[in-house]
Amino acid sequence: MKSTITKPKSVLILGSGALKIGEAGEFDYSGSQAIKALKEEGIHVILVNPNIATIQTSEHLADRVYFLPVEKDFVAGVIERERPEGVLLGFGGQTALNCGLQLEADGVFERYGVRVLGTPVAAIRLTEDRQLFADSLAEIGVQVPRSRAVGAVEEALVIAEEIGYPIMIRSGFSLGGLGSGICPTKKSLRDTAVKALALADHILVEEYLHGWKELEYEVMRDGQDNCVTICNMENLDPLGIHTGESIVVAPSQTLSNEEYHRLREISIRVIRHLGIVGECNIQFALDPESDECRVIEVNARLSRSSALASKATGYPLAAVAARLALGFSLTEIPNAVTRVTMACFEPALDYVVVKIPRWDLRKFRRAVKTIGTGMKSVGEVMAIGRTFPEALQKALRMLEIGARGLIGDQQISFDDLEEELRHPTDERIFALARAMDAGWTLEKIHDLTRIDFWFLHQIEEVVRIAATLRQFAGGDLPGGVLREAKQAGFADEQIGLLIERSEDAVRRMRRSRGIVPCVKQIDTLAAEYPAATNYLYLTYQGREDDVTFDQKGESVLVLGSGAYRIGSSVEFDWCCVNAVRTLKKLGYRTLMANYNPETVSTDYDECDRLYFDELNLETVLEICAKERPKGVVVSMGGQVPNILAPQLAAAGLPILGTSSASIDRAEDRHKFSSLLDSLGIDQPEWTEVASIEEAAAFAEKVGYPVLVRPSYVLSGSAMGVAVNGEQLARFLARAEDVSLEHPVVVSKFIMGAKEIEMDAVAANGEVEMYAISEHVENAGVHSGDATLVLPPQRTYLETTRRIKRITREIARALEVSGPFNIQFIARENAVKVIECNLRASRSFPFVSKVCKENFIEAATKAVMGEKVEWRRRSFFELDYVGVKAPQFSFTRLHGADPVLGVEMASTGEVGCLGDTFSEAFLKAMHSVGYPLSIGSVLLSTGPIESKADFLEYARILASMGIRFYATRGTGEFLARNGLETTILHWPLEKGEPNVMSTIADGNVDLVINIPKNFQEEEVTNDYLVRRQAVDFGVPLVTNLQLAKRLVEALQGMKREDLLIKSWEEY
Amino acid sequence: MRATLLLEDGSEWAGELFGGCFPASGEVVFNTGMVGYPESLTDPSYSGQILVLTYPLVGNYGVPQSRINGTADLARSPFESERIHARALVVAEYSRHYSHWRAAESLHAWLDREGIPGITGVDTRALTKRLRHRGTMKGRVILSDRESPAPEPEYDALVQLVSVTEPTIIGSGRQRVALIDCGAKAGIIRSLLQRGVSVLRVPWDYDLSSERVDGVVISNGPGDPKLCGPTVENVRKLIEDGSIPLFGICLGNQIMALAAGADTYKLKFGHRGQNQPCMRVGSRRCHITSQNHGYAVDDRSLPEGWQPWFFNANDGTNEGIRHRDKPLRSVQFHPEARPGPVDTDFLFDEFVAMLGSKGGGK
Repeated sequence: MKSTITKPKSVLILGSGALKIGEAGEFDYSGSQAIKALKEEGIHVILVNPNIATIQTSEHLADRVYFLPVEKDFVAGVIERERPEGVLLGFGGQTALNCGLQLEADGVFERYGVRVLGTPVAAIRLTEDRQLFADSLAEIGVQVPRSRAVGAVEEALVIAEEIGYPIMIRSGFSLGGLGSGICPTKKSLRDTAVKALALADHILVEEYLHGWKELEYEVMRDGQDNCVTICNMENLDPLGIHTGESIVVAPSQTLSNEEYHRLREISIRVIRHLGIVGECNIQFALDPESDECRVIEVNARLSRSSALASKATGYPLAAVAARLALGFSLTEIPNAVTRVTMACFEPALDYVVVKIPRWDLRKFRRAVKTIGTGMKSVGEVMAIGRTFPEALQKALRMLEIGARGLIGDQQISFDDLEEELRHPTDERIFALARAMDAGWTLEKIHDLTRIDFWFLHQIEEVVRIAATLRQFAGGDLPGGVLREAKQAGFADEQIGLLIERSEDAVRRMRRSRGIVPCVKQIDTLAAEYPAATNYLYLTYQGREDDVTFDQKGESVLVLGSGAYRIGSSVEFDWCCVNAVRTLKKLGYRTLMANYNPETVSTDYDECDRLYFDELNLETVLEICAKERPKGVVVSMGGQVPNILAPQLAAAGLPILGTSSASIDRAEDRHKFSSLLDSLGIDQPEWTEVASIEEAAAFAEKVGYPVLVRPSYVLSGSAMGVAVNGEQLARFLARAEDVSLEHPVVVSKFIMGAKEIEMDAVAANGEVEMYAISEHVENAGVHSGDATLVLPPQRTYLETTRRIKRITREIARALEVSGPFNIQFIARENAVKVIECNLRASRSFPFVSKVCKENFIEAATKAVMGEKVEWRRRSFFELDYVGVKAPQFSFTRLHGADPVLGVEMASTGEVGCLGDTFSEAFLKAMHSVGYPLSIGSVLLSTGPIESKADFLEYARILASMGIRFYATRGTGEFLARNGLETTILHWPLEKGEPNVMSTIADGNVDLVINIPKNFQEEEVTNDYLVRRQAVDFGVPLVTNLQLAKRLVEALQGMKREDLLIKSWEEY
Repeated sequence: MRATLLLEDGSEWAGELFGGCFPASGEVVFNTGMVGYPESLTDPSYSGQILVLTYPLVGNYGVPQSRINGTADLARSPFESERIHARALVVAEYSRHYSHWRAAESLHAWLDREGIPGITGVDTRALTKRLRHRGTMKGRVILSDRESPAPEPEYDALVQLVSVTEPTIIGSGRQRVALIDCGAKAGIIRSLLQRGVSVLRVPWDYDLSSERVDGVVISNGPGDPKLCGPTVENVRKLIEDGSIPLFGICLGNQIMALAAGADTYKLKFGHRGQNQPCMRVGSRRCHITSQNHGYAVDDRSLPEGWQPWFFNANDGTNEGIRHRDKPLRSVQFHPEARPGPVDTDFLFDEFVAMLGSKGGGK
């Protein structure tokens, strides 16, 4: 039937900005798919998203890209210039939705005749206001948890008495459950309510459904009222743990047909009643012992769960949702996977999917490790198997936290198992296995955790198999035992640990018995129809492959980046996607391996074959044994594939580009250091130690402070700066805990130096393309947390000349072919190398987009031995400046110390362009939550040198008429210098006026707190000030250089100076 | 204990035995639904068939109490008849441990009690692909080489075997609907009772001309509709009369078509699942339906006065027919669901609304 819809000619899409906890890579997936779908419909697409590392902001997707804050005034400016006919609000998470609601309320859409496509704004409001939502669902006989909206703490206490404790607090308009919590007592209710009400006008006081099952359905509805549910998912962790923090299984495992379809029917009834058009997510609580159920929430937009559902089923939810928003019917859209059926159906899975969140809580000093109703995880992994244990154990390995599976590793131990089970942390799943191994009954474990017995039995099965394996320690495994273990997801290495044999020995044993995995396809229809795409996984529950391996032409396997975590995020997905695109252009068949459901690289249409599976030696070997690719690309996915290179090479796989020996020379401190010595390149003094005495002796020799870190560094895990012997001892204890195999390195920490990044591409050792960026912050702030400037504004020309020379020498010595990154520190033109990675770095998308040169395309050509062409445009000739700024998520990490240091802490980044540094800088800072103008500032500027250093800038602020609050030392210093301040008591002094109450009362627009120390372990006043700022959503600056640049920018720039210019116009 | 499924094409599918320790034989079919094994196994339409489930994990929520107490239980019971009709069950991963508040026993215990063998550990995806490529095949479950093979199902008499022998009246509603039981699922009876009508359940070959009823439902059932000659003949009389609303479901759709003078044919591997999209002819409305059939109506053969009502959006096959003027309609899918989506439940509302308003169908 011919469609009668009238498509808009141009559409504006709002992105989600920087990746943050609760809003991460899933929106690059959804936005990118939406843009692709709109382009296929011939629509002119305009995108606003300051997240420069995303695929959606690539040159090949949207027609116009604005690297601007997703904020109403900026978006209104874009609308005024671009005059789009339609706008999509559902593809950029809560950020885009909230921005859209404001624009609508302000009448911007009406003024410029912009049609909101898809779900109408009125319906969105119904889902966002919990009271309206509850009332609306009552009209169709659907129950929500008993609850009441309140605007004051006292009111909350009254309602709580009516409903009865424990009480659940929820906050409307939140991402990822921010400001939510379970309150067992009056006191905890008061504490939670105070904080939640600081972030929202009203909160919800709700009945708490302890131990109920939590389920989700992803639902699509078109303008003709056709409805389908794409996927249902069940949380292994019962209600009380945010779905983003839960282990999630698709499809549901413990629901009967009646329950499955009852919830499905309610989903459809609700989405129809609300009037959603497009995609939405609905969450249920289901009593495990009766027919009672509640609808917890509806997200009228693409969400984290919809990205997961999309990857779990193969159904391209976002692409279909975009077409539905244009007015297409589900019956008019083909099923992109089978190409013969259509989008109006419900996927049938013939495998099981397990998602596990990836946390990085150990990176944050003082952070509370327990998980609950608010999100803390920074990423997630998804594993596919034909048995639950297979998928579960794969997923646990994918987390890359050192676990080889559910069991068999010694390093995960618990001081108090019962406490761990009752009050879960990120490691509870391991505690379950530990408890079973220790002989606890499932009943006891169930009483503590409320996890359904079905899941407990499945986990017990893994424990049982492990016990069987241990009986064969040192010997050979019977084929049946080995096969059973492989079908339950045991890795060769894990089996090796259990039977005290090497991974390699287990692999030989396994292969000699003919036990190899099968390659199965995800086809959305459980084999009922043939699939035209190649979305694949490996399983040991099977006897034949779904695909053949005899295609013509050479293939190349690109290893992806795995889970997003602190230090490895969407930027590496951008690199992988661009590498695959380039390989296709060069005529290769492309194979991609990755397991992160939030990515574009795992979209069904990016590569020729997608292996949604593990990134480790065993799995890559199995894939290569079948595919026999020309080689493996390890330089695009960040550190995960990079550190795999030596093992892969040792196993005989061809590594494309820079050799694994060179990678090892760069990664191994000793080898790299002697290389630098032989080249006469300077580096900070360092040593490798095995004891605290050795470390202390070194530190005395070179002088404190010193930097302590393990030799293979992934975003500075376990790094620390020690200012004295006592601190040094403490860090060493922690570092050794992280990895026994890799020794600990202690190096001289140089203060007051600039840090400079070199991103480059070399072919056969010759540098073919490069970009130099400087940090705003002095050395000592992790490069991932630093504010990056391209081209450099404050670096001497002589310094850059030396950097270029050193880069060329290193590239030659290591015979680099492909992407690489070197970090330098410079003081008065003395340049030292602090790190070198022979892989794409975090800043590759930033430099590529600022310079308008695709560094990854060039790097991929170099890797494949093709000629690299560069227009040789010096980045100093750019007429504009690019600034990359980090996004922190401290508000979500209860207790974490929000201070910049050598350990990376940011969860995302933005990159903005401007005609001047200040313009680009302020746009970027605004994109990550800093204000464009302030009325008051709280100053606490640290040691006397930095107080003095900042004085000039305090004067600037004073001249702008900004009100000062200060802690005593800073206040007195400013008073001596003629600046008037309100002096506040320190938090621990308890007197009024106090810093804590002043921040809580909303009197402060910005907090500048320069710490006196590098890392403070104890609860200090400084820590409490910083924590109070993030808990009450007040922007915080903890770095002196950043504070100075911010003051200059605030002085020099007004909002109207921040130009609405698209990327193409620079 | 090992068990093997032997297919007509010679392929062997070995696994572990669970459930009843017996050999079996039957037509091998696959179902892509992810839930609902108690419903499917008791669906009389699976009579004479070996059921392969494509979803790998089966048995997770056990099997509820089989005794049914009162109408409330009837509405929720997952049983579609009083016994298992499938000849055998083939799965990838039988879940030995189950968990559900309604569960009374394991799937294994139930199959064992009913004497039905199950095989676990089979690559059901590979098996499904083979059935898709080669079409539905006959097969045998064998436990050892020495045993004597299980008797073949009486493929020609499946409906007779699953139908009732005597008419019974269920419910006390004023309006009465006759249900021609060719192997009716309990869900159909439930759906009718819920709407306040009483049900006169009659044997498959029962002549209704002497009964006073307000409407007639022709049920689902196993096998080839062309083997239901007496039913087709009885329905033909009802069609000619044209005054009593008729509603056919699944096999009932095929019987309706044959009675109207149209033809039916066997599908290569049928439709069995809970995700089949069906379009209503002349609209852009699409319904997700539950299906279990191996035969289809050839809607090009529909005589004057009849028109296709629904078609399968995946492969275009007929999913329902209706008479242009008379209240005569039938669907190929299962509006009573169980297992599967309840989206087309409204068809029962429409049918009940026609009762007593002779010729009221549009």
